[in-house]
Amino acid sequence: MTTLTLAKALNEGLRRSMEDDAKVLLMGEDVGKLGGVFRVTDGLQKDFGEDRVIDTPLAESGIIGTAIGLALRGYRPICEIQFDGFVFPAADQIITQLAKMPLRSLGTLKLPVVVRIPCGGGIGAVEHHSESPEVYFTHTAGLRVVACSNPADAYTMIQDAVRCDDPIIFFEPKRRYWDKAEVDLAAPGLALDRARVVRPGRDVTLVAYGPMVKTCLEAAAAAEEDGRDIEVIDLRSLNPLDAEVLTESVTRTGRCVVAHEAPVFTGFGAEIAARVTERCFYHLEAPVLRVGGFSTPYPPSRLEEHYLPDLDRVLDAVDRSFAY
Amino acid sequence: MTAHAPRGADAPPELVQLLTPEGERVEHPDYDIELTTEEVRSLYRDLVLVRRVDLEAVALQRQGELGLWASLLGQEAAQVGSGRALSGADMAFPTYREHGVAWCRDVDPVNLLALFRGVNHGGWNPAEHNFHLYTIVIGSQTLHAVGYAMGIQRDGGESAAIVYFGDGATSQGDVNESFIWASVFNAPVVFFCQNNQWAISEPLEKQSKIPLYKRASGFGFPGIRVDGNDVFACLAVTRAALRNARQGQGPTLIEAFTYRMGAHTTSDDPTRYRLANELEAWKLKDPIERVKAYLFKNELADQEFFEKVDAEADALGKDVRDRCLALPDPPPGAIFDHVYAGAHALLDEEREQYLTYLAGFER
Repeated sequence: MTTLTLAKALNEGLRRSMEDDAKVLLMGEDVGKLGGVFRVTDGLQKDFGEDRVIDTPLAESGIIGTAIGLALRGYRPICEIQFDGFVFPAADQIITQLAKMPLRSLGTLKLPVVVRIPCGGGIGAVEHHSESPEVYFTHTAGLRVVACSNPADAYTMIQDAVRCDDPIIFFEPKRRYWDKAEVDLAAPGLALDRARVVRPGRDVTLVAYGPMVKTCLEAAAAAEEDGRDIEVIDLRSLNPLDAEVLTESVTRTGRCVVAHEAPVFTGFGAEIAARVTERCFYHLEAPVLRVGGFSTPYPPSRLEEHYLPDLDRVLDAVDRSFAY
Repeated sequence: MTAHAPRGADAPPELVQLLTPEGERVEHPDYDIELTTEEVRSLYRDLVLVRRVDLEAVALQRQGELGLWASLLGQEAAQVGSGRALSGADMAFPTYREHGVAWCRDVDPVNLLALFRGVNHGGWNPAEHNFHLYTIVIGSQTLHAVGYAMGIQRDGGESAAIVYFGDGATSQGDVNESFIWASVFNAPVVFFCQNNQWAISEPLEKQSKIPLYKRASGFGFPGIRVDGNDVFACLAVTRAALRNARQGQGPTLIEAFTYRMGAHTTSDDPTRYRLANELEAWKLKDPIERVKAYLFKNELADQEFFEKVDAEADALGKDVRDRCLALPDPPPGAIFDHVYAGAHALLDEEREQYLTYLAGFER
């Protein structure tokens, strides 16, 4: 076991991926000498060279578009989008090309491209640096969308993502980059499309992913003092969604609360609510409740603590569930 | 509304031309080529057959058999000339109008028709033909070509990528990004712009204040304008650009100065936006007629040869039509196929549910 930050765990996972397969490339703005603005790619260009860790021009569509071409030539590019809000210039290449080209080819082409996106708020950043764009991508067939929440998962998930033959949007919770935890560098990790029960409980199922998993675990710990036994699920994969884990849990607890940073309106929580309602209707003691951002753009950072669901807002939703 | 003067009657001075509209062979100091009689005849045959496939497709669309068709009429020389310049190992990235390049890459024309008929989104195997799938979003494929060329660099391969796009595409961000990438990475890629003067109803003046080939210099690589209706010149210029790319000299932008004789697609009506005399002027520059004139004048082919090619075109047209009409609709389950390379639980669930639902009607 080694103690690693989430950023360093990703770095180790990327290093392993590059060692294992000479076709794996890293590309993005500032990923080389600087090691990325969050240092996730720190030291990799030094060890693997400029042909494998490619500092690109400053143009997101170009990063994804050329990665597609490299993948067509047999490479496995990992693209870094510097911040969540900057993925939109690349959205066309991701949505109209990356996601659809394998289908367009009737399966003769594979595009094993990983798009890494530091996501979410909580770091006091300026506009466009704190967004949660996951549903733009979960709504696009052909993409897999995953979100890591802790160092151990980050280490295995990035390697699994690189090995996967489908294009993957890989969300990294930027306010958790500096969280430390024990990582077993030899452990295989849970399959990429599976959710994980990160805390078992009897009374209510709390569903989260990415940065909100830690918040929900804190909420569960606090609720324990009030005698409530909260089960916390880390979805890990948003597309595909592991509906089995959700069904099993909510069938048992009878209550479900979903928490994410993105706006609640047509957010990923809506999908969870619909699926759980469809599958667990006769077991539910209360409607599935959602906690998340407001129907506003992400606010200036002096207000972000009001926008981001915290432990208290999560527990308030749990209380509302029990009030039914 | 901005009025624009009728264009195209006078070829700009920078244009590389090896065969005049009257079928006279002319020399060029940098781009002259030697072609055997057999090669010229073969190019003529390609031009005629490609035009025939295109006309057949337009007819099929008019009869309701295709949802849409993007005609290449008038652009045969640009496509066959550049397409015949490619080596087997070179990779071509087309838009949705490159039926002539597809022909040169041995893609069955029925595959092209299948896409426009709505059978699939592109059914051929790009790796088998080194001809990528048609790309409908304007300019996206230019980046794919540059990325592919960066892969060739890393593999140490002796080949190049070529990417096709139109005059309208040069306004797109992706095309400009692809120029930057190609330039700073010195990628072995040829940008082949078929300037057919019109982006649906928008004239070139709405895209650029300068000749398109001159844009290349701003990105740091050479740009050349070639007579896009001259199959010899298109072949020569593309051959040279590909050779430079393969030899590590980086990208070239070729502007093939040509004219779309038909509509943008079968959905629009060019009489609404362009002048008849423009069309008449370009008819005099027809890419097929000038090769025919050259062959005839120089006694390199006789009437029998032309009749034979015409008969071959008739047979090809009929074959393409028959096989297009025989294309079966894919089964409903095909909706769910090939969305992902690996297993996907939700998609599997939706497939099963829908096929079960459909089966309910059959009982």
